[in-house]
Amino acid sequence: MSDKPHYTLKNKENRRAFIDGMRDGIPIGLGYLAVGFSLGIAAKSAGLTPGQNFLVSILCNASAGQFAGLTLIAAAGSYFGMALITFIANARYMLMSCALSQRLDPRISWWHRLMIAMGITDEIFAVTISRPGYINPNYTYGAFVIASPMWAAGNAIGCFAGNIMPDRLVSALSVALFGMFLAVIIPKARDSKVIAGLIIICFAASYGAAHLPVISEISSGTRVIILTVVLSTGAALLFPHVEEVSAEGSDVGADEAPVKSDASCGEVE
Amino acid sequence: MAHNVYIYILIMFGVSYAIRVLPLTLIRKQIQSPFLQSFLYYVPFVTLAVMTFPAIIEATQSTLAGVLALIVGIGAAWLGGSLFSVAAICCIVVLVSEFFLV
Repeated sequence: MSDKPHYTLKNKENRRAFIDGMRDGIPIGLGYLAVGFSLGIAAKSAGLTPGQNFLVSILCNASAGQFAGLTLIAAAGSYFGMALITFIANARYMLMSCALSQRLDPRISWWHRLMIAMGITDEIFAVTISRPGYINPNYTYGAFVIASPMWAAGNAIGCFAGNIMPDRLVSALSVALFGMFLAVIIPKARDSKVIAGLIIICFAASYGAAHLPVISEISSGTRVIILTVVLSTGAALLFPHVEEVSAEGSDVGADEAPVKSDASCGEVE
Repeated sequence: MAHNVYIYILIMFGVSYAIRVLPLTLIRKQIQSPFLQSFLYYVPFVTLAVMTFPAIIEATQSTLAGVLALIVGIGAAWLGGSLFSVAAICCIVVLVSEFFLV
């Protein structure tokens, strides 16, 4: 038996993870559809065709990042400016990717790493990280194959037809994504006073950052990064949390090679 | 200077994918530093919390509807609601309350 974890869909557990992912992808996709409509309208005014906006959306899967890019296209900015603004608007995904890297089986193949990366959006990251144990990539793929086409479709339709959804519906659907974030963070707050306190501090700090002078001038994407780095650093210094992520309780197939507890593994390469 | 829209799209894709793929492919082992381990453990909670609030109360037509969705959403999640049900409950709260508020 090979040393690598098997994530083939021939395995029943993996198929289940994929289906679970698709199930959780539905509310994400509905939220995306709604947000996509409004971004599609912005894309239209930037001069993109619905087809081009579909392409941007299926490739980038990033609301703030795409919006920033559209602004630049509309202003006929430089290619370097495009690279820079895309980097700034999406930089938080780098932190999410770092966090995800620690939840993967270290022996997982390159191929899976390359494909999981495609699925790192705020929402798919949220649902993926909320699963116990090592991440089963099939779960992420399931969520992605449902949510990403809905995102791209919303973008294309918005670009094509303007906002065809009534304001009431847009307003209601726009909180779906936040509801999912709550479903990820709140259960942990019930188990841990540190997490509960941290969430309250996060809410307060985020509210302050959105309204205080100077910092509220910074784009919301950059504010998220600053707050994440500062508050996570504070929490890590005051309440160190060291735990071994293992395959225990994970959703990987049962006929796996047993996990070796390899104490000698290194740090960032 | 004329810019090709497909080159713009290619740059957008290249940069947003590089940001996502580099940490996942370069960090292939468990990080040993207790500080970094703790930091990365807290990152998801912090980043999701700061993205949720105050954005949730600004996304709706009526701020009060957003506040209600936040409170009910926290309650539903506390009681163990699934992703789908918490998301759906928040939407329903906004839809219903805005019939009265807007």
